[in-house]
Amino acid sequence: MNPRDTVDPQVQPGLRAQDRAQDAVDRDLGVGETDDGPRDGAHSRRPDRRRGTLRATESLRWLWNQLTSMRTALVLLFALALAAVPGSLLPQRPTSPVRVAEYIAKNPQLGAFYNSIGLFDVFASAWFAAIYLLLFISLVGCIVPRIGLYLRGLRAQPPRTPRNLGRLPAHVALTSSDSAEDVLHRAEQVLRGRRFRVRRLDGSVSAERGYLRELGNLIFHVSLVFLLCGVAWGALFGYKGTTAVVEGQSFSNTLTQFDDFSSGGAFRAQQLVPFTVALDSFEAKFETGPVQRGAARLFKANVTTTVDGVTTDQALEVNQPLVLGDSTVHLVGHGYAVDVTVKDAAGDVAFSGPVILLPQDGNFMSVGVIKAPYARPDRMAFEALFLPTAVDNGGIGVSAFPDALNPQLLLNVWTGPPKEATGVPENVYSLDTTGLTQVTKDGKPLRFTLAPGEGFDVPGGGSITFNGWHRWVSLQVSSTPGLWLVFSSVLVAVAGLCLSLFVRPRRVWVRAAGDTVEVAGLDRTEGRGGLHEELLLVADGLGLAPDATVGARSEPGDPADHPETEANEGNA
Amino acid sequence: MAAEWSNLAMVTAVVVYLLALAAFAAEWASARRLEPAEAAVPVLVGSDGGTLGPDQAEQPAASAEVADRDARRQRRVEMFGRMGLALTVIAWALQLSGVVLRGVAAGRFPWGNMYEFVTAALLFVVTIYLVLAMRGFRWLGLPVVLLAVIGLGLAVTVLYVAVAPLVPALHSVWFVIHIVAAAVAGAAFNMGGLASILYLMKARAERREDVRGYLAKLPSSARIDELAYRFHAFAFPLWTFAIAAGAVWAEYAWGRFWGWDPKETWSLVTWVVYAGYLHARATAGWRGKRAAVVAIIGLACFWFNFVGINLLVSGLHSYAGI
Repeated sequence: MNPRDTVDPQVQPGLRAQDRAQDAVDRDLGVGETDDGPRDGAHSRRPDRRRGTLRATESLRWLWNQLTSMRTALVLLFALALAAVPGSLLPQRPTSPVRVAEYIAKNPQLGAFYNSIGLFDVFASAWFAAIYLLLFISLVGCIVPRIGLYLRGLRAQPPRTPRNLGRLPAHVALTSSDSAEDVLHRAEQVLRGRRFRVRRLDGSVSAERGYLRELGNLIFHVSLVFLLCGVAWGALFGYKGTTAVVEGQSFSNTLTQFDDFSSGGAFRAQQLVPFTVALDSFEAKFETGPVQRGAARLFKANVTTTVDGVTTDQALEVNQPLVLGDSTVHLVGHGYAVDVTVKDAAGDVAFSGPVILLPQDGNFMSVGVIKAPYARPDRMAFEALFLPTAVDNGGIGVSAFPDALNPQLLLNVWTGPPKEATGVPENVYSLDTTGLTQVTKDGKPLRFTLAPGEGFDVPGGGSITFNGWHRWVSLQVSSTPGLWLVFSSVLVAVAGLCLSLFVRPRRVWVRAAGDTVEVAGLDRTEGRGGLHEELLLVADGLGLAPDATVGARSEPGDPADHPETEANEGNA
Repeated sequence: MAAEWSNLAMVTAVVVYLLALAAFAAEWASARRLEPAEAAVPVLVGSDGGTLGPDQAEQPAASAEVADRDARRQRRVEMFGRMGLALTVIAWALQLSGVVLRGVAAGRFPWGNMYEFVTAALLFVVTIYLVLAMRGFRWLGLPVVLLAVIGLGLAVTVLYVAVAPLVPALHSVWFVIHIVAAAVAGAAFNMGGLASILYLMKARAERREDVRGYLAKLPSSARIDELAYRFHAFAFPLWTFAIAAGAVWAEYAWGRFWGWDPKETWSLVTWVVYAGYLHARATAGWRGKRAAVVAIIGLACFWFNFVGINLLVSGLHSYAGI
């Protein structure tokens, strides 16, 4: 077996154009007749010239050849794998900005260095983009010439019959009393019946099968390009926003209603489909048994949606997003909100309504701030800690279960003169204590605990009542326009991959001269058995019984078979 | 009830795998004393014989005694091998019932946490091995059973968690599609990785022209390499599909198909390394040894993704009970 056929680049997933071109040359020479060294990706045959002697176009060409060579592709693949690693081991800004800040605070020097080279946002960094863009350029540069070659080769005839069929890895010699013409005619029919592409030559028949392999290979690589386009499309025109909605409240799909919003460069606010989602109720159930106590078991939001004036009652669950217009609404989180009424010293209601608290742990100990900026004479603010299932843990209240079995609201109070309305946005979840003083009792900060329905009179005027609790859900509203392209390219890519890995090209020749008939075969890929068996079936189809099976000795790919392999595999 | 039976079956399976491991180890150890030519008989028959000829020629009239002794040794090797295979079949049946009963006990498919995934994925590994063993690949026994013993042993001792229902995030049809694809692909990657290791061992011995003992009983390095390639060629599209199915599921559950979650990142890293393996096989200077090393790195990435990411890094794939 010729070494280049044991590892034939044509049928490998990542064939390079030069190999394919060389393969076309092989076809003309006839397999097994040439004995030059192994083909080396792109540049083994390039004459060594000093770089200074290259003209500009030649330099560009050289660069291009380097970039599209298999070895560069390999290096880029490994670079991509390596570059992705820090993104999984270090906290990343888009997903966990708080942990990034913590990391930098803990390791000031290292953190600053990491930050400067973008290790906290690897997947948006220039060097990561450089690697995958180079990889895709390399891919395109490799695949485009090969598509041309493939199209030209679509109707190509099988190669000429090698002179010495006995050198091929599988070979059967037969004797026939029929004329050579008859045998070859039957061979054509038999091989066509076995789905080979057949070429009749003078005194022999040449047949080949498995052309779909290269097609699958090309489809796979082209699909990857489409996949990238789909991802880019979605990133450019898509948007994603999150909002927290308390039971009984609703959300309208406009920019101002989002707590958090990001969109691609080509996104326009007019794109947002007008709809509203009203959260009627949210059911959450947690494991109460001994195993995995407290683990989530059910999240179900009952919502009323309105799109184009049509109102529908729907259920929103974790794996069942709502589709509204071109947007989808996902349930991505939940928590507790406390319904409170704050009265100022004059007895007027300064604030009333639910306040969203942020969960801090798996048992939903939640914190937040209740602000009553319009309380007079002094504005008031409360730092709130909510324990859905409060238990006493050595004097410190903690929550023992995520469901609200024993809800308690722990508060402390700040008061201060009214603040001038500046219009500067404020964080609703944290308290800026500038201009405020904490209300104390006996020299210590005043703290008090409320159960639902209870109230508390603040020393110095004002009161707060804990009316009860509600759940709130975090909704993610997003639109990713290129999604269908992404998923269909992946589907096509997998199909192409299967073709390129499972279709195994094979060549079979039948030569008839006088009363001897030779049948020989060659597998053009590794990992395939049954070549000799197929030759016997062909012989059987010809109505001939083998009298000598020279090829029986072969184990495909066994170097003992063709010692030249090792010699030729060489360094490269 | 079913849960207890499942645990019992799983622990018993570990014990029987240990016995099978002992039998396979005995097979390798006893083959060590076989003469190279003799050990090579099933494999290298009919090769050009140039390298093997002299050994045989030196003793043209080997005494009947020696021949008898060698035949006995040969039989002993064979006996240990068969014993190992039989024990593996028993352990496999126990493991199968353990996995099925676990599913019955939980009232769902049994791959909802790390313990269950290990037991199910290793079941696929051993299943693949047993199918192949019937077609003449019994020689993979030692590494496969070693993997099963370590994996299942750790599963029942360290990773074990009691039966529990799933968290809402896993309530999806993709729970079956995504995880089965990942488990089968993982099983094939493991088989491919083991074959690649055997290939490196055998190729090294061949290069030093020192193929002795059990290595001589293995097929030629080229054949092992081919087998490794077949495993990887089978696993790679399936792994691609598993990632794609995961992306579809992520779009449903989390509202984005790709978010660079640590698990997603490492699946991609694994994918890229195996893509590198397939390309390396087509690149001169990378075939053979280097490609095999790339495959083993790919397997290491797979394992890190499974063990390291689950235990060290918190991400969206962290579910209750590991």
